[in-house]
Amino acid sequence: MLIKKAADIRSSEITPKKWYMDRRKFLAGSALVGASAFVGGSLFSPETASATDKIPNLQKSPLSTTEKQTPYKDITNYNNYYEFSTDKYEPASLAQKFKTRPWTVTIDGAVKKKQKLDVDSIIKLAAAEERIYRHRCVEGWSIVVPWIGFSLSELINKCEPLPKAKFMEFTTLLDMTQMPGQQSNVLRWPYREGLRMDEAMHPLTLLCFGLYGETLPNQNGAPLRIIVPWKYGFKSAKAIVKITFTENEPSTTWSEAAPSYYGFYSNVNPTVGSFRDQSSERRLGEFLKRKTLLFNGYDQVASLYSGMDLKKNY
Amino acid sequence: MVRALKVLVFILCLVPVGLLARKFFGVHPTDMSTWGEGLGANPLEVITHSTGDWTIRFLLITLTITPLRKITHQNWMIRFRRMLGLFAFFYGTLHLFTYLWFDKNFVVHDMIEDIAKRRFITMGVLGYALMLPLALTSTAWAIRKMGGKRWQALHRLIYFSAIAGVIHYIWLVKADLTKPLQYGVILGVLLLYRMVVWVWPKGPRKAVPVARASEA
Repeated sequence: MLIKKAADIRSSEITPKKWYMDRRKFLAGSALVGASAFVGGSLFSPETASATDKIPNLQKSPLSTTEKQTPYKDITNYNNYYEFSTDKYEPASLAQKFKTRPWTVTIDGAVKKKQKLDVDSIIKLAAAEERIYRHRCVEGWSIVVPWIGFSLSELINKCEPLPKAKFMEFTTLLDMTQMPGQQSNVLRWPYREGLRMDEAMHPLTLLCFGLYGETLPNQNGAPLRIIVPWKYGFKSAKAIVKITFTENEPSTTWSEAAPSYYGFYSNVNPTVGSFRDQSSERRLGEFLKRKTLLFNGYDQVASLYSGMDLKKNY
Repeated sequence: MVRALKVLVFILCLVPVGLLARKFFGVHPTDMSTWGEGLGANPLEVITHSTGDWTIRFLLITLTITPLRKITHQNWMIRFRRMLGLFAFFYGTLHLFTYLWFDKNFVVHDMIEDIAKRRFITMGVLGYALMLPLALTSTAWAIRKMGGKRWQALHRLIYFSAIAGVIHYIWLVKADLTKPLQYGVILGVLLLYRMVVWVWPKGPRKAVPVARASEA
């Protein structure tokens, strides 16, 4: 039997990502140029890897975990993104040509400043931070991801929601020519997710546009997504084109598909799991499962749900 | 001729698990830290899904033998049925133990709770349990001991094992029912054939030995 030791360092972690992604070419290159190859990785920055750019001036965040980060290649080659495919290994290639510019996000509903915002102007609203979060999928696996973005509250405050706004709805792009998975009706498109206003305003809730120091790869939800680290991954909507402030709890895609399994809240909770056992999870890179923590270990959100029956409000 | 073909089929039946093992151990099988990398980000999920898939596939292949034999009047085909059925059991065993070991770490309480609480797990375990007596009575000795009629009656459990397998799959997927329904349709056709044969006016039936005496 094999249990991977936490101290194991994989080649993917100590090797610059672009070299790792393209190591054959890199090796061929080093053979040609010899030691000088190590002077500049940019010499070999591959055209084959997805078109991501470095994000400058990243701030560190006290909200980050110090846990071992999941290798870039796993985060970007293992994606639940049904708009492209129900097979987790396919979005990486199917999303390569996905167009993330120009991209506008419509802000509407119970909000003072209804508007259409260009994604690049949204990204400039606040300083970009690196947030290393645990990410737990409802399927029972988890990863540790260095996301880049800033708190969603920064955007919300600029939009000035009306007092009657109690919830937010996030809508993903509907475009079946670019997103071939939408040609099948496994889910009701477009993908919609929602948060309660106080959840959306919580500092942990991230408006995300980057990963591992670079812009978000298409298969991870580019150009703009949210990350809600104490909820199962499907709550964190990708490729967002519309943000709606609502008075009532919005209907969400997965709870429409299977209401008894995927509730509106879908907080990570080891004791609630009628469909799957949620008491443990497999951290990618490990073989045996580890215990799942309530709220995915983000205890600071517990006060949002004080007095609520988490078994009923799953 | 059939014997040589049997060896060939036996080897073919091992290809899926062989490929899994090859990818799992990778190009540096002695370096444990690289194990699993050839199977992508979540090797145990790949192993679980692949062994599960092959269990249902071998059940369906096994259930195809009789209709194919009767329609083509190639009675020699029946001599492959036992081996194919045992391979369904083999892949089912790998599937079950991947789950019990790597998902439940053989913790008895967790295993029992999961099996009792999640209907897709219950159904999967049921499908496996129904295969168990068939594997145990797959020898020529068991057929002789039980008598052909009783043996045959017992081995009709395979229908229910396959049905349980397909339901297990339908219940476990999140939204995309394509693959489990494909299996379901194939199983439906195979079972429908048997129902038609069963209600059809019967001509004189001829017993076909499932194995050669010399192979016992």
